[in-house]
Amino acid sequence: MPVCRHHREMTTTVQRPSAPASLRRGLLRLAAAVTTPLLPDDYLDLVAPLRAGADLRGRILEVRPETQDAATVVIQPGRDWQGHRPGQYVRLGVDVNGVRQWRAYSVTSAPGDRHDPITITVKAIPGGLVSNQLVRHAQPGTIVQLDQAQGDFVPPATPPARVLLVTAGSGITPVMGMLRSGALTGADVTLVHSAPTAADVIFGAALRDLAATGSLRLVERHTRDAGQLSLADLAALVPDHLERETWACGPAGLLDALTAHWTAAGLGERLHTEQFRPTIIAPGEGGTVTFGRSGVTVAADGRTPLLEAGEAAGVLMPSGCRMGICYGCVLPLRQGAVRDLRNGSLTTAVPGDGVLVQTCVSAAAGPCDLEH
Amino acid sequence: MTVMQRKPANPIAHLSSEDIEEIGKELDAIRDRVLADLGERDARYIRRLIRTQRGLELGSRAVLLFSLFPPAWIIGTAGLSVAKILENMEIGHNILHGQWDWMRDPKIHSTTWEWDHVSPAEQWKHSHNELHHRYTNVIGKDNDLGYGIMRVDEDQRWHPLYLGQPVWNLINAFFFEYGIAAYDLELGRNLKKGRHRDPAFRARARAVGRKIRRQVLKDYVLHPLLSGPSFLSTLAATFTANLVRNLWSHSVIMCGHFPEGVETFEKTSIEGETRGEWYLRQMLGSANISGSRLLHIMSGNLSHQIEHHLFPDLPSNRYREVVPEVRALFDRYGLKYTTGSLPRQVFSAWKKVIRLSLPNRRPRDRASNRSAPALGTSGA
Repeated sequence: MPVCRHHREMTTTVQRPSAPASLRRGLLRLAAAVTTPLLPDDYLDLVAPLRAGADLRGRILEVRPETQDAATVVIQPGRDWQGHRPGQYVRLGVDVNGVRQWRAYSVTSAPGDRHDPITITVKAIPGGLVSNQLVRHAQPGTIVQLDQAQGDFVPPATPPARVLLVTAGSGITPVMGMLRSGALTGADVTLVHSAPTAADVIFGAALRDLAATGSLRLVERHTRDAGQLSLADLAALVPDHLERETWACGPAGLLDALTAHWTAAGLGERLHTEQFRPTIIAPGEGGTVTFGRSGVTVAADGRTPLLEAGEAAGVLMPSGCRMGICYGCVLPLRQGAVRDLRNGSLTTAVPGDGVLVQTCVSAAAGPCDLEH
Repeated sequence: MTVMQRKPANPIAHLSSEDIEEIGKELDAIRDRVLADLGERDARYIRRLIRTQRGLELGSRAVLLFSLFPPAWIIGTAGLSVAKILENMEIGHNILHGQWDWMRDPKIHSTTWEWDHVSPAEQWKHSHNELHHRYTNVIGKDNDLGYGIMRVDEDQRWHPLYLGQPVWNLINAFFFEYGIAAYDLELGRNLKKGRHRDPAFRARARAVGRKIRRQVLKDYVLHPLLSGPSFLSTLAATFTANLVRNLWSHSVIMCGHFPEGVETFEKTSIEGETRGEWYLRQMLGSANISGSRLLHIMSGNLSHQIEHHLFPDLPSNRYREVVPEVRALFDRYGLKYTTGSLPRQVFSAWKKVIRLSLPNRRPRDRASNRSAPALGTSGA
């Protein structure tokens, strides 16, 4: 859920006398009539993509290497950025090889003035389109698309007395946001962090400094030598772990184990988790096709176009040439995978990707959720 | 299934059905190669083009605020004409084809784009992408063959009204965007069939009305008003720019399917048509315009009409690059790749419009036509 941190400002806008507001609206209408079929925004975007009133975007100011495969990206968000709370993430739309790809990254900078630059820290994962682009190829000056910060992996306003942070790999990123924000200042904080080697620890130097000054107790687990952290290890390292308000971020396996452990102890509400990998879409052959708005679900094989599957189930489908040339049948694929019946190419989508597919030449390649 | 040619000399008599499917496979392979190669370079091309066009339009309109001064009028009108041509042809037409949908940029997408044209994008996409590109040159199915007001093929039945078609065509050229809007609305047919009360037709007609109102308000009221004392000269400038755009796009589009050498097809010939046969119909039914890089961009790469009809959703900047492969394919299969310079093709198309305004000189030998080698019949 996006959080409105500037509620007061919004109220003031509403309370303004209505005459200037209606004058402004009139002027905007006039400007739109002058630029039709485009909007004045289409011209303004060319020169001021970060201005107030524009779609939310950001400009990459700097890319700072953190480890051999991780980098911090400094982004100047647009004027309408509402700020973030420590531990939240931001969805980023990056053009990779000409195609817009959306991913979520934790904000690693401390919340400040909402017009200040923010940072995200990205670990390049093997085969990862966006992460490799950001870590290895991103250039200062590049414009990226943004959403407002989201997520409830956020510490409370007054820090709990005792805190445990369990992270692995780039799972450190939201926690770094919390540590930098000062939201945990004064608490007894233990951080158990797993990474393959000492050199792979993102923010290694900063974390060790914090430990040296007594701000937290740092336990680094270098898994290449010591193996993965087990629950028994955790219990041995932090005997009072169940008494600590705990935030954990890492791969699904780790989070599942922690959740089971805390729940078994009846202390599930004390554990807060954040999964950093997006939903993985595993393409297959055929699948269940859901037409969300029509409320219809139908099983389709890997050779039947989604258009025909929908029509056979009585869904009123938009259609055109039925041979893949007119784009009259495109529908948003909310989530799932489809295969192009002409050349077998795969398209996958997770919510927010904004992927449209030609239903007349696409078949289900796994469960598909179409917005229609 | 057959692709029946109606010309006495059947240009595909030498092809077997296997040949035709092989042609289809080779064209699919070209398409897949381009798709796999799309990337940053293409995205940069369309974004730079849009930026250039918007800069040119804004700049020209700014200059026209002072259109009372003749040099400003000339520069502004020329700039606005070019901007409008780019907007309609290389940008609008191609985005509305879905050529840039692969970028997943909602601002440059066939589902969101609206163009500087009186026909609403939604209606144009239906009549153009769905009907014209699917039924290319099929008499009675593809209304682009003479736009329903002209006879551009011997096999279209003559009617005395066609006597005036050189005049209709000239008028259509001057007011081409309105012609397209009426065409997309299927105005003539809907009125003739008394469908003017049909709610669906009325809704579409209202959408066209709204679009026309917005376009006219912008070009002929607001911009002239903004020009203050230059009101009348700006009005004349925008009118001229629209006129230039209309004449240009009409000429380019006439060259796509009307020149000599382009084949047409019978309605029955596309029943059960295979992908290979559809490709073949596009190959025989389209004509290119040869010329410079500038001509290709100004024509929205419709100068590569053949490549565009084979691959209507490939980005237009790629057509030029696949020409050698496509031409080699034509040569290998002994097919005629119709192309010529702009003046030659415009002349050829006009000649046809004038010639076919009169009835055919001698009744065609129907029997021989009907037996014209049908290709790809099973066992042939």
